[in-house]
Amino acid sequence: MSDKTDAAGMEYLQSLPRRWVTLYIPLGVFMFVLLFPFYWMVMTSFKSNEELMSKAANPFWIVKPTLDHFEKLLFRTEYPQWLWNTILISVLSTFISLFAAVLAAYAIERLRFRGSRQVGLSIFFAYLVPPSILFIPLALIVFKLGLFDSVWALILTYPTFLIPFCTWLLMGYFRTIPYELEECALIDGATRWQILVKIMLPLAVPGLISAGIFAFTLSWNEFIYALTFISSSENKTVPVGVITELVEGDVYHWGALMAGALLGSLPVAILYSFFVEYYVSGMTGAVKE
Amino acid sequence: MNSSFFDNKNTLGLLFMLPAGVLLLLFLTYPLGLGTWLGFTDAKIGRAGEWIGIENFQFLIGDSVARLSLFNTLFYTTVASVLKFVLGLWLALILNRRLPFKSFIRAIVLLPFIVPTALSAIAFWWIYDSQFSVVSWTLSKMGLIDRYIDFLGEPWLARLSVTAANIWRGVPFVAISLLAGLQTIPPSLYEASSIDGATPWQQFWNVTLPLLTPIIAVVMTFSVLFTFTDFQLIYVLTRGGPLNATHLMATLAFQRGIPGGALGEGAALAMLMVPFLLAAIMFSYFGLQRRAWQQGGGDK
Repeated sequence: MSDKTDAAGMEYLQSLPRRWVTLYIPLGVFMFVLLFPFYWMVMTSFKSNEELMSKAANPFWIVKPTLDHFEKLLFRTEYPQWLWNTILISVLSTFISLFAAVLAAYAIERLRFRGSRQVGLSIFFAYLVPPSILFIPLALIVFKLGLFDSVWALILTYPTFLIPFCTWLLMGYFRTIPYELEECALIDGATRWQILVKIMLPLAVPGLISAGIFAFTLSWNEFIYALTFISSSENKTVPVGVITELVEGDVYHWGALMAGALLGSLPVAILYSFFVEYYVSGMTGAVKE
Repeated sequence: MNSSFFDNKNTLGLLFMLPAGVLLLLFLTYPLGLGTWLGFTDAKIGRAGEWIGIENFQFLIGDSVARLSLFNTLFYTTVASVLKFVLGLWLALILNRRLPFKSFIRAIVLLPFIVPTALSAIAFWWIYDSQFSVVSWTLSKMGLIDRYIDFLGEPWLARLSVTAANIWRGVPFVAISLLAGLQTIPPSLYEASSIDGATPWQQFWNVTLPLLTPIIAVVMTFSVLFTFTDFQLIYVLTRGGPLNATHLMATLAFQRGIPGGALGEGAALAMLMVPFLLAAIMFSYFGLQRRAWQQGGGDK
């Protein structure tokens, strides 16, 4: 929505000091609090250990920046492997979920098969089932299927929270595509599959991007399944690897921990920065539908 | 593909539902049932359980740690949700006004929500450190405290600290979702009411809030749901300590079920969360119904 249609047409009547008190100062405080942990992550990851452990020095700034922590992380831990695992798991589970969700959303929204309304509703309820009540029985199932401690355990279980979300979002997008397009194609002799691939999908590209970006960040951020189903270090994801492997006994390598947190956050942050609008419309779309 | 078999809507619908259906039934519906069953058994890791009826639940009700975790979960959810709502709505109202660099600000506001919680929790862990906390450093330099605050060492302080970290992560989600709702309110309503002499405060109570109620219901349901079942923030910051003061039901279920090996007990604890989640879902369902009704949607 453009700035002109904002619900603030009378704002020119406000005096400048009043605008500072009601708008800029609260906004400044919000931004400071919301962004401070990131600033802190950056500062800590470039500080030397002596500086980190010194109470005299001003902690808000770095006197001698160092890349030691990144060097330790990348060459003396299995961090690159965790990064690769996380990428692999997120990409594959996102694509599996998108594939399943496109078919499901099209079937529910357009084929209108018997019971499609109930199926749509149960997909919505599936979206509301949180991983933290499923991880114990799922651990047993994963074990029985012989997937325990393998990246496939995560690639196959992440779709359980991605598919409901993506299906719900894509149902909303398919609903906005006019029926007439589909009817014309049916009259011209196109099959349902052709309609889906050649008409619906090209028109639903924004929805696919929204769902894909959102699904990717959700799987990148997933923690409890990755913590439960994976035990050996070389199969871990970044969030779990950093938490479980970088803490040795009571010795916290704060610099390396922060460097790990920073490097693990960057990929999603960069992806997000390219697709902000898609991400926001995915998030709010799922809430609004 | 042109046979009548594939033109039948029901057959084709079933075929199209197959990939999603198989994955969801195998990894969502089945574990949900299995988890309920496990809750009534004494299963341990590496040993199939025997049916023991409601023994797990009886034990958990008598267990002071489990009762404490229920209290912690309710405290954490209530305090965090209320504050997330108030602060989120405030931030949404600020972002809905005319601002320089608006879309840029809106984009970076959401950062706490998109980065992995486990990783941002590490930053909080360090901010809450008992010896090198930057908050303590600043306060002591300002002369407000003479001893460093042990944020995660005292029960109540730890509860409040983890709640604050949860609020930090949740406010952007609430704010951006409510902002989307605010932008659907027609400006003409504000113009009309200000011509009638309404103050900004009256406009907020009589125009903004009623029109925003349906979306608030949905957003807060999601927020309550995710806060109630939160796991990673607690696991990273305190692992439930000190003295179990920050154990949530999810973290206790994990501790008892996976490292502790008592699968049955852990599953029972996880299942105890379901009644609360159902209450939240009902709330959301009626919120959605009301929204459809307001838009003249009828039965949808």
